[in-house]
This record gives sequence, C-alpha cells and structure tokens, in this order.
Amino acid sequence: MKPRFGLLWHLCWRSILNRRLSVALTVVAVGLAVAMLIGVERLRGDARAAFAQTISGTDLVVGARGGGAQLLLYSVFHIGNASNEISWDSVQRIAAMPQVDWVVPLALGDSHRGFRVVGTTAAYFEHYRYGERRSLAFAEGRAFADVFETVLGAEVAARHGYRVGDRIVLSHGAGADGTRFAEHADKPFTVVGILARSGTPVDRSVLVSLEGIAAIHVDWAGGAPIPGLSIAPEHVRKFDLRPKTVTAALVGLKSRIAVFRVQRAINTDTAEPLSAVLPGATLQELWNLVGLAEQALLAVSALVVVVGLAGLVAVMVAGLGERRRELAILRALGAGPRQVFALLALESIAASAAGIALGLALVYGAAALAGPWLQAEYGLAPSLGWPGVAELRLLAAVLAASLLASVLPGLRAYRYSLADGMTIRI
Amino acid sequence: MSEAVMVQGLRFRWPGAAADCLAVADFRLAAGERVFLRGPSGSGKSTLLSLIGGVLLPDTGTVAVHGQDLAALPAGRRDRYRADHVGFVFQLFNLLPYLSVLDNILLPCRFSPLRTRRLAEAGTTPVAEALRLAARLDLDEALLGRSAAALSVGQQQRVAAARALIGRPALVVADEPTSALDADRQQAFLDLLLGECAAASAALLFVSHDGRLAGHFDRVADLAALNRADAGAPR
Ligand SMILES: Nc1ncnc2c1ncn2[C@@H]1O[C@H](COP(=O)(O)OP(=O)(O)OP(=O)(O)O)[C@@H](O)[C@H]1O
Ligand SMILES: [Mg+2]
Repeated sequence: MKPRFGLLWHLCWRSILNRRLSVALTVVAVGLAVAMLIGVERLRGDARAAFAQTISGTDLVVGARGGGAQLLLYSVFHIGNASNEISWDSVQRIAAMPQVDWVVPLALGDSHRGFRVVGTTAAYFEHYRYGERRSLAFAEGRAFADVFETVLGAEVAARHGYRVGDRIVLSHGAGADGTRFAEHADKPFTVVGILARSGTPVDRSVLVSLEGIAAIHVDWAGGAPIPGLSIAPEHVRKFDLRPKTVTAALVGLKSRIAVFRVQRAINTDTAEPLSAVLPGATLQELWNLVGLAEQALLAVSALVVVVGLAGLVAVMVAGLGERRRELAILRALGAGPRQVFALLALESIAASAAGIALGLALVYGAAALAGPWLQAEYGLAPSLGWPGVAELRLLAAVLAASLLASVLPGLRAYRYSLADGMTIRI
Repeated sequence: MSEAVMVQGLRFRWPGAAADCLAVADFRLAAGERVFLRGPSGSGKSTLLSLIGGVLLPDTGTVAVHGQDLAALPAGRRDRYRADHVGFVFQLFNLLPYLSVLDNILLPCRFSPLRTRRLAEAGTTPVAEALRLAARLDLDEALLGRSAAALSVGQQQRVAAARALIGRPALVVADEPTSALDADRQQAFLDLLLGECAAASAALLFVSHDGRLAGHFDRVADLAALNRADAGAPR
C-alpha cells in the first residue's frame, strides 16, 4: 500500500499555504488569463448572437441590384451609401404581392449631426424587430404623425440631450461628424418621441416620415437648394409629398415558406433591377468577414493563458531548488520518487485548478455586474448560463495544458530525489 | 529476534565513479544494539546509511534490515519498508518547515500505518505517543503547535529524534545528529537519544567522526577498517 492520497494532499496543501503569497500571485495570473480567454469566447458568442439579431422578423430586405452584404450594410447598419435608389412603384408592386404581409420603406441620405436620418412610415415601429423578435419601445412620446415630426433613437437623444418637444434641423448628405453640409435650416422637425435603447443601429437613427423627407427637398434639385427658391414649411404641405424613390424596403411575408419564391420574383423583376436578400443568411456572411478579428483575439487570449501557466511552472520550478532538502526528508520518511513527483505535480495542478476556478468566477462576476451596462450600451447581453460546448472545450484545453505544465516541476523533483536520495544538499 | 542490520559482501560504486566507494565484507547490528560508526569525512558513512535505508542498492552483496533483504523488494515496497522499520535523524534541517512540530513528529505514522498499528497494540495513539516522546525529549508542550521553522537547532534535533522513534521502528539511524550542537547540548542530546532507543528497544546506528562521543555505546565500528574498497580488492 502506498501512502494515501490524503497524505499527499495534506502535505501539498500545507506547502502551498507556506508559500501562499507567490502561489496566490500565480493563481491570480492564471485566473486573469483564463477569465480573458473565457470572457473573449463568451463575448464572441454573445456578440455574434447580438449581431445576428440586429434585425429579426423581417423576411427580405429589398434594394437596388447589387451585393447582398452591401445592401444590408447600408439599409440596416447605415454603413456606406446605396449606389441606386428603388422606385416607389416597385415598393408598391412588392406590397401588392399576395404573399407579402407588410412593407416598410426606408429613405436614407440625410443626417443630423452625424446621425443618419431614416425616412420611413409608422409601420416601422410596428414591424422592425430585433433580438428574439422584440419590437422597438418608446422611452418617451409617440410615433411621428405629421410631416415635420421626428422620433429619435436613444443614442441620438442621449448624446445631445434632446427631449420631446425640442426642434432639430436636418442636413443634406450623410457624412461623418464635423463635415459641413447644406442644412435644411428653414424646415426644423419637432421631436415627438424617443426610443428605448435596443443596441441596434436604430439607437443612432433619426426617424422621420417619408413625407418629411420629401418636404425638405421640394425646393432642392440635384442635391442642392435651388437658388432664389425658398418654400416656407407652412406652404410645403400643398405640394405632392408622395415619395418618388426610396433606398430600400423591409418586407414581411404572411408565411416564411414563400420566402425563396418571393425573393426570386423580386430578383427577376423586369420593371426595375432589384435585389432581395434574406437578412439572417447575409448577416452570417458579414459576420464571417468580421470573424477573422475575433479569431485573432481568441488566439491572443490563448497565448496569455500559456504565459500564465508558464509563470506558474517557473515559480514552482524556481522554488524547487530551495526545497531539495525537503524532498530528501520525504525520501527518508518513506516517500518514493513517484510520490515526490505526485506531490509536486499536485501542487501545480491545485494552483492551476484554483486559477481556472478564479477565472470562471471573474467571468461570471463581470457578466453579472457589467451585463446591464453592456446590454444598454452595446446591445450585448452577456449570458450567465452554464459554459457552452465551445467554452467547455477551451476549459478542457486549459486544464490539459496545466496538467502538462504540472508534469515539469514533478519530473524535476523526481530527478532531484533520485539523484539526492536521503542526502540533504544545500 | 532478527538482526537489526546485516550487511554482507557489499560492494557499491557511485554511477560514473572510477572506483568502488564501499566494499564491506560483514557488518551487523544486533536487535536493540547501539553502535557508534566512525570514519573520516568522505569515507562513505552516509552512503552506507543510504544503502541500509534502501534508497541505494548494492552492486553486489546483501543489505538486510530487520531480517528483510532490501534488494528483494520492489522499489515501492522498499520505500514502504523504510517507513515502517527505520527512523532517521540527520545533521541539520530534519523538519518540514511548513508543518507544525507535532505534525512533523506524526509524519512517520502517516507514511506507515504499521507504526500506527504498533502503537495501537501498545495501547496508545500517535498523538499521545508524540506528546510522551516530546516530554521525554525535553520539548515543551507549547512548542508542539508552533511551526517547525521557528525552533532552535537543538530543539529541531530533538523533534527529529522524536519523529524517528515514534511507532517503535526496529532501527534508528543517526547521521551526525550532534555536529551542529555545542558540546553541552551534544551530550544531553546523546543521552536522550540513547535512553529513548533503549526504552523503545530500537537498535541505534550512530554515525560521527567525533570519537569523544563513542564511550556511551555498546560497540564502536570503524568504517576505515570495515571498508576494503581502497585495499584494491579484486572486482
Ligand atoms: N550523490 C552522489 N553521487 C556521487 N558520488 C557521491 C554522492 N554522494 C557521495 N558521493 C561520494 O561518495 C563518497 C562518500 O561520501 P559520503 O557522503 O558517504 O561520505 P561521509 O563519510 O558521509 O562524509 P562526511 O563525514 O563528510 O559526511 C565521497 O567520495 C563522495 O564524493
Ligand atoms: Mg556524511
């Protein structure tokens, strides 16, 4: 019978307590590294989920003929510009298709202090969905009902301190902040509603009616005010404010089954070159583009874990020199070289296991503490559930690496105890 | 009763060494016998003790402890046999610094259930025996809870003696246990060790190059005389 595990554990534990400062420091280092690795993995999953859920409940996004990713970028994410508009006739033709339940047109091209203006209909508030089919909620006020009324995204309102009742001026063009654009200063809009945060690009949108977009452009031609012509807001209403073109349209179907048929019908429309894309599939495509960066981040985190474990091994091995006489005493008391190996390996395993546990605790603690803020600020809801398959695989890899790393001090001690026997060397 | 130690026809050479370190034709310790082994520095005293402990194996010949040929045991059982039957006291640094004094004394019982069993047969427990030995070796009970690292050298040596003796091993091996002590303390320690070995009827193999201590022993052995390695005995 070999000395029982209980004895080894007792010795291991007392020895660790004896060197608690250096061991605690290495445990903290491993813990932080593991927290980083698991945190990155978890955020990666959550970010992907949040990204994939930027828009949900919309079956098709329709725009001018072009790439699907580009269409989604400018229509949903407000990144880049459409090369072409689509005609209002096409929108109405799509709306009239028997399988189509609803259509929400989007007219882009104007901005307000760096935020995109989205011309749309009140149906937007009813049909735009994100996450698990959540609809947009009003933090304050109501949807726009008149030509010169606007609803602000949460970020827009927060950044500039806008409240319901404030009046804002829209600019022509959609450039970055700071660039001076021609302003529609003569036709201010009244804020009638502010949306609650959704963590989607809607937070950074200024929403107005399609008629509002038309109204600020009645005295414009070719992207510039017509010299000498200025039509006062009160007179604008007399004009025909029906849109002639929009940038894109969100389409909901009565039944998802028809989605490919409707898509094909729109893509092969003979009256106008149109593109219809399935947002879910296209989001996935876009994510794969971004994916390279997250892979790199994960690789860096893995490297940090390796560094943490290397530090742990270094501390254990460095301590061994002073502990040679301790090993000799153990030998004299009846420990075999294998038990000496086990004792030293056990110390490293215990330290790295503590590090892994600490790392997990940090991840869950951070998710619980920072979760609400992340949700509000970035629409990221860090999950608090059990580790997923990918995380378990990472944890298993870390555990395997730490076991492997623990062999080193153990082997070293084994070699010392074979060479020294009971002879106490100082 | 079997002999505490029997060494016969032993030859041992350190790996990589040019010549044999030890060549001992016959060396014995009767049960309960107290022997003083002397020899100049480097003569192979500690090496012989490692062979008796079963940490080293002879190239030829037999080393038997308490009637058991050590080379006949597999490595794990040999380590265990040492835990069961031999107590060691070294010159310095005998204790595990991260254990309390009491835990250090109790350690052999944790390595060797046989020692615990012997104590149970004698109607006592390891802790009670540790307290008894500590008292006999002049260790204040208040010291027992302290960290072993906090003791004076003399106290450490007495704790090491208590640890070697607990659970009644057949043999106590002491490798220059007094050389770190001053003359008065040397004598006191030796008296305690001899007394306790006699009380436990353990054989004592006491190694030193300080011949002044030899008078208290049953017998004095000289390794220089025993060891034929330098005599160019044929291999
Ligand atoms: N681990 C080892 N590896 C190789 N050679 C060793 C080893 N230990 C001791 N020796 C050699 O064996 C010889 C005897 O050494 P040993 O330690 O047994 O002497 P000793 O009689 O105990 O000396 P001292 O009184 O100084 O303690 C020496 O020549 C030494 O160099
Ligand atoms: Mg020696």
